[in-house]
Amino acid sequence: MRRTPAELVGAEPGPAHHIDFDGRPVPALPGQSIAAALWADGVLAWRTTRVGGRPRGVFCGIGACFDCLATVNGRPNQRTCLLPAEPGTTVTTQEGHGRADLAI
Amino acid sequence: MLKTEPPLDVVVVGAGVVGAACAYYAARAGLAVTVVDRGPVAGGTTGAGEGNLLVSDKEPGPELDLALLSLRLWRELADDLGAAMEYEPKGGVVVSSTPAGQEALRAFAAQQAAVGVVAEEIPAERLQELEPHLSPRMAGGFHYPQDAQVQPALAAAHLLREARRLGAKLITGETVRAVRRRPDGAVLGVETDRRRLDAPAVVNAAGTWGGELAGLAGVHLPVLPRRGFVLVTEPLPRIIRHKVYAADYVADVASGSAGLQTSAVIEGTPGGPVLIGASRERVGFDRTLSQEALHRLAAQAAELFPVLADVTVMRVYRGFRPYLPDHLPAIGADPRVPGLYHACGHEGAGIGLAPATGLLIAEQLTGKQPELDLVPFRADRFPAA
Ligand SMILES: Cc1cc2nc3c(=O)[nH]c(=O)nc-3n(C[C@H](O)[C@H](O)[C@H](O)COP(=O)(O)OP(=O)(O)OC[C@H]3O[C@@H](n4cnc5c(N)ncnc54)[C@H](O)[C@@H]3O)c2cc1C
Ligand code: FES
Repeated sequence: MRRTPAELVGAEPGPAHHIDFDGRPVPALPGQSIAAALWADGVLAWRTTRVGGRPRGVFCGIGACFDCLATVNGRPNQRTCLLPAEPGTTVTTQEGHGRADLAI
Repeated sequence: MLKTEPPLDVVVVGAGVVGAACAYYAARAGLAVTVVDRGPVAGGTTGAGEGNLLVSDKEPGPELDLALLSLRLWRELADDLGAAMEYEPKGGVVVSSTPAGQEALRAFAAQQAAVGVVAEEIPAERLQELEPHLSPRMAGGFHYPQDAQVQPALAAAHLLREARRLGAKLITGETVRAVRRRPDGAVLGVETDRRRLDAPAVVNAAGTWGGELAGLAGVHLPVLPRRGFVLVTEPLPRIIRHKVYAADYVADVASGSAGLQTSAVIEGTPGGPVLIGASRERVGFDRTLSQEALHRLAAQAAELFPVLADVTVMRVYRGFRPYLPDHLPAIGADPRVPGLYHACGHEGAGIGLAPATGLLIAEQLTGKQPELDLVPFRADRFPAA
């Protein structure tokens, strides 16, 4: 059986809902961050770096390193380790700076 | 025990961009140079500003002469070091939001043209060709192709690396505590907290702290701090091509007021973030974050480039420009102390003016006639308090 932090602290979260990740549903618990929901679903990377195109996901998990950026509800560069995975949230894998549409 | 080092031709105090340029040109002229800084390379104002190399904001006079010489030298330096220093000859665009502002820019550009500044008037309808994201509400602007940009910390580091390749020495983490002088007043060298450096010439490139160093040599030089904040956005693709600023900037730079002034200068960087700077205010070395300054810079930037309203500012930094009461730097031999040379007080233009400063100092050190008249920059022009 999988051991989770929720189990270790004896949490009794409310019923799970879903967020949308690149067009597919990912389960999330009330209060869970987007990064935690993705991790729990086995997703480790949701951004590629600007120069080398390398995969990135959570590093510090506490909002300090900006590694965990993704496009959330259409807004690029959001720290998924800080944002709650609320019902209806749409997360998109971010390519580089995520602002290619602005380039001139 | 203080260590004693072999004799040198010159000690440069300060490893900011100005000290680095002095060391580079002095070493290139064949002098034995040691640079000493109490912190790391570019740990002072050089690491806390922006790298605009501007002629567009300067009216005809000694500072513009210095800027024109310096921009020529930056171009030469860029042949070998351009990529390493992130040198970008991108040009500047100054815009005005009213016809009266455009008229003022026109008069300013006409004066500048007389001394060799190139500026082309851009009517409102052509501004978007230069800057597609610029607000369509502008009355017009001027394009200054000579304006350029470097990354200041990289520029200082690479100038010092070149100087070392030419034989210069660099000592970091040692504070100059005394300027040693002979009984007749002439300079003998400096003393740091670890060693004695003997040299018949000392260059004061201590930036905002240049007044203190002058004090160690027994002379008055009223260098004071003028605080500035810079906003750094999240990394973006290239959305701004030139350095873009509003016409009010020129008036702010020249202003004698102590109060907060903001007129955003906006530029992209090779690293991705857009820099929005800078405010100006005289509050001593107070490092407190000024929400008012940040708010005004952000609002002005969004007014010029509406696209920035949706972009996140990731961080903010501040620095203290070294200014002298008449807004000109102190450059050259101090007539009061034989062997003491000043290269400080460049206020908000020290990056731009660094190579010219270094070259002029090296020319004086080697007994050549300096390329520009140094009288307006003499350090003894301020009466002692
Ligand atoms: C917000 C802001 C924006 C700016 N934007 C621009 C711009 O776009 N373009 C431009 O040209 N300029 C700009 N400037 C101004 C520019 O940064 C400065 O004019 C320039 O960096 C000054 O360089 P410096 O080498 O004289 O001083 P510094 O870089 O401060 O170097 C002085 C050095 O001396 C050392 N020192 C001092 N006392 C001693 C001692 N007793 N012993 C040993 N070492 C000592 C210090 O540690 C320091 O490293 C800006 C400044 C600010 C604050
Ligand atoms: S993982 Fe470090 S900020 Fe999110």
